[in-house]
Amino acid sequence: MLSRKLARPVEPPTLPQPRGPLSAAVLDALRRGPFVLSVPEDADPYGDDLQLALYCCYELHYRGFAGVHDEREWNPLLLTARAAMERLFLSALRGDVPGGSDDDDVDAELAILLVEPIDAHGVSHHLRRDGELWQLREYVALRSLYHLKEADPQAFVIARLEGPAKAAMVSIEHDEYGAGDPDRMHARLFADMMDALELSSAYGHYLDAAPAEALAEVNLMSMCGLHRGLRGALIGQFATVELTSSPGSDRLVKALHRLDAPAAAVEFYAEHVEADAVHEQVVRRGVIAPMLAAEPQLARDVVFGIRASGMLADRLSALLLHSWAQHRSALRRPLSDAPALVGTTP
Amino acid sequence: MAEPHREIIVTDGPLLVSGPVEIVLPDGRRVKSDRPVTALCVCKRSRRQPFCDTSHRCRVRSGDNDQEEDRAQQETSSTG
Repeated sequence: MLSRKLARPVEPPTLPQPRGPLSAAVLDALRRGPFVLSVPEDADPYGDDLQLALYCCYELHYRGFAGVHDEREWNPLLLTARAAMERLFLSALRGDVPGGSDDDDVDAELAILLVEPIDAHGVSHHLRRDGELWQLREYVALRSLYHLKEADPQAFVIARLEGPAKAAMVSIEHDEYGAGDPDRMHARLFADMMDALELSSAYGHYLDAAPAEALAEVNLMSMCGLHRGLRGALIGQFATVELTSSPGSDRLVKALHRLDAPAAAVEFYAEHVEADAVHEQVVRRGVIAPMLAAEPQLARDVVFGIRASGMLADRLSALLLHSWAQHRSALRRPLSDAPALVGTTP
Repeated sequence: MAEPHREIIVTDGPLLVSGPVEIVLPDGRRVKSDRPVTALCVCKRSRRQPFCDTSHRCRVRSGDNDQEEDRAQQETSSTG
């Protein structure tokens, strides 16, 4: 149970740079004290400005920011602005994914995720076949926004579940948190991989580098985790990740071996091949089945969570593959080993 | 009173065993799993024997099934 390593000092991340008027106002409110913030109804729900502003509001519930008072987490003016942004984001997602009726069939939706397309060309397929090290490092840098707080957004849902679904959800989360061994905590393994790939494993370090597509994925988790009314969607999101993670992680293990990454870099994805083969089973049988038996009306939101997380993952995947195909960085702030003559944001 | 029997769940994929468990392989090698639940491969396709790595899954070419067409190109590339 006790870590062999000393606890690292907890240092909150620094505030990011604004990406437009909305994020500038939210950052100003965080820094100097809240004021009434207006969220324009025509703000792009998937755009950099809104996604960063929303991300910063959510981050108050995780690690906060250096120089931002902890009490701002529950400031009514910030929460009002957050709610306005959430309405825009959620209604865009509901409009852009099919379904949302009582006919939604969770089993059929899960069955689609359990089929392995042999000719798919996603990020992990690309990295396994012919990805370059700088691309793999970009991918890991972007993924750090979630994985350095892996399982935290989903932990919010525990209190909203009952009986067998809660017990099973806790058993998966326990595994995510290293099953009692802090050195095996998935966030720790991810940080070890970042160090081995000579990336900064400081929490929030790559926030300024992350495009809206990467922020939106994490914002979906935070939004669904923090709203009891979206617990079905949170479980759908969680199931999507757990069901699709094993084969993707296996490809990333192969990518890391092919690129001669150090052993410490491989352990995170190697662990996920095995762990998520188990989690897939537990989330389907232990979480979703009893939750829907107890609350059948949540089925449509489970389907929504699956489809929304799939859509946002596809958007990020498309951005990465499109940028890399043109031999340019997908990051807003490219890493030092990215191809030269880049630096513009797509 | 005797201990209750340990439950092993048979699925359409792996066997699910409540952990921690120690597995004895055909060559006598012993492998431990400290997970709360361990998924043991029974299809023999896993490359991480004796554990499941989801290799039992149906593999399809996109377009084999209309229903799967929308998602066939999807690669969520997420890790849980």
